Amino acid sequence: MVRVLIPSGALGLGYDHDALERGIANKPDLIAIDGGSTDSGPSYLGRGVSKYARSSTKLEWAGLMDAARRAGCPLVIGTAGTCGAGSAVDWLVEITQEILTERGETAKIAVLKSDQPANRVVDALGANWITPLTPAPDIDAPMLESCTNIVALAGVEQITCALDTGADIVIAGRTTDTAIIAALPIAKGIDPGPAWHAAKIGECGALCATNPQSGVIQIDWEGAAFTLTPLADDARATPHTVSAHMLYENADPYLLHEPGGTLDVTEARYDALDDTRVRVTGSVWRKANGYNVKLEGARVAGYQTVVLAVVRDPHYVTNAATWAKDIIAKCTDKALQRTSATADDFTIEIRLIGQNSVLGDLETRVADPVEIGALGLVTAKTPELANEIGKLLNPYLLHHPLTREEEVPTFAFPFSPAEIDRGPVYEFCLNHVMWLDDPMDAFTLEVLDA
Amino acid sequence: MPEVRDLAEKVRSKNAGPFWVTVDIFCGSAEAFERIKNGLTTKAVAERFDTPEQLLKRFDIQSLNVVKISVPRPSVQGTISDRDMHGAGWAALVAEMQIEE
Repeated sequence: MVRVLIPSGALGLGYDHDALERGIANKPDLIAIDGGSTDSGPSYLGRGVSKYARSSTKLEWAGLMDAARRAGCPLVIGTAGTCGAGSAVDWLVEITQEILTERGETAKIAVLKSDQPANRVVDALGANWITPLTPAPDIDAPMLESCTNIVALAGVEQITCALDTGADIVIAGRTTDTAIIAALPIAKGIDPGPAWHAAKIGECGALCATNPQSGVIQIDWEGAAFTLTPLADDARATPHTVSAHMLYENADPYLLHEPGGTLDVTEARYDALDDTRVRVTGSVWRKANGYNVKLEGARVAGYQTVVLAVVRDPHYVTNAATWAKDIIAKCTDKALQRTSATADDFTIEIRLIGQNSVLGDLETRVADPVEIGALGLVTAKTPELANEIGKLLNPYLLHHPLTREEEVPTFAFPFSPAEIDRGPVYEFCLNHVMWLDDPMDAFTLEVLDA
Repeated sequence: MPEVRDLAEKVRSKNAGPFWVTVDIFCGSAEAFERIKNGLTTKAVAERFDTPEQLLKRFDIQSLNVVKISVPRPSVQGTISDRDMHGAGWAALVAEMQIEE
């Protein structure tokens, strides 16, 4: 039997301490936790930083380091520091060393990095070793070189290499969410079908059970089956909660593409063992011809300055769309006249919060709100230009009248100054896979005795 | 005509990576599942998202009473035109669609 303990869906989200204690007492072979995803947007990968507070990360990580030491098993984190870029991995390594120093302890740390130098990807593109997924942006050498970070998603092979060093702690850059959980059972001879399937069910912690906030779950593999057990007092897994988790953040609930193959759960069976545990059988792994890893990259898309005004006057609330459109036209003209910018150098947008700011043109509902937030967004080629045009937009959002005849209105600015520089805004620019001869070709592994 | 939200227990949407959004309609009962499955066409959903129908992926999952529809994101996550980083807002578009009966 192989047993993996998963404290929560991500480091930084918290976990139930009593449930974690139960998990430690059950003597897991590994404690695995995910450190991130793309879900919070491209800025984290673009800048190579974590989304979560250092204080939360340190506190929770220290708790897991202690848990692994007491359980006598390794601790592995994938996609360290939200984005899994090298700088975010280094950040967590530094936190780890700090914790060890404070405790007067030592540990062997394996550091797996997933960073891809642009020239490696450019060469792979030239050699036809890059395949676009759907939908994929067009890529070429200049575009790849403009990325501030490119990472590849490691699979079980790279995590296994890291675990094979005998490390107490594995800190990995970008990996698939599932690979950190699936690697150990596969290395110990469990069929990859149930290994990957359990990993997908378990990667969000107790999100596959009732009381999803409790975090902690345990997975046991035996033969061709796995059993999922949530460990918090009031958390229960049922065939419904477990099978429904295949829907979560998956475009396809039956097929999951991973490095080296595809998990197929079309024929999977979910059986309740009792009130809290679910046993799963019938998961199939379809090995691919060749080996590829998915790429993620982010680059600067421009620099942004935003201005928020709140409109309360009912006449303006009713006519907000007309008002905003007029401001955009007039401010664009003014920016072209008064700065050296050309039309390609900037965009001005006003999103009407309370009207359609989430869905834009796709919104179908019309309502009569009390007030409308007018969120002005200026995106430009340089931060200076964004700020300059933000300042040109400011008086419009404060005073622009619907018609020349009416008295000059004044709207509510919540801040002074009203314009807020957001700095660089990033965009994801890769939805591709890169083919590799050897899984470790695009990854580096270093062992630290800390 | 009823709307999806009148029949379903829950409708949620979420990113499935930066390039896709996936909408899960938890119908709650076999009866609601049949009505939503039959009364909500993929074509109508594609029109709501202003996206070609052939790009959508649809799964009618009887064992869970779930209709799942995945759509290429109307704006790639985090681009300047993106309005909803986690893609949760699009659920309302589908929840408010009418069920043909």
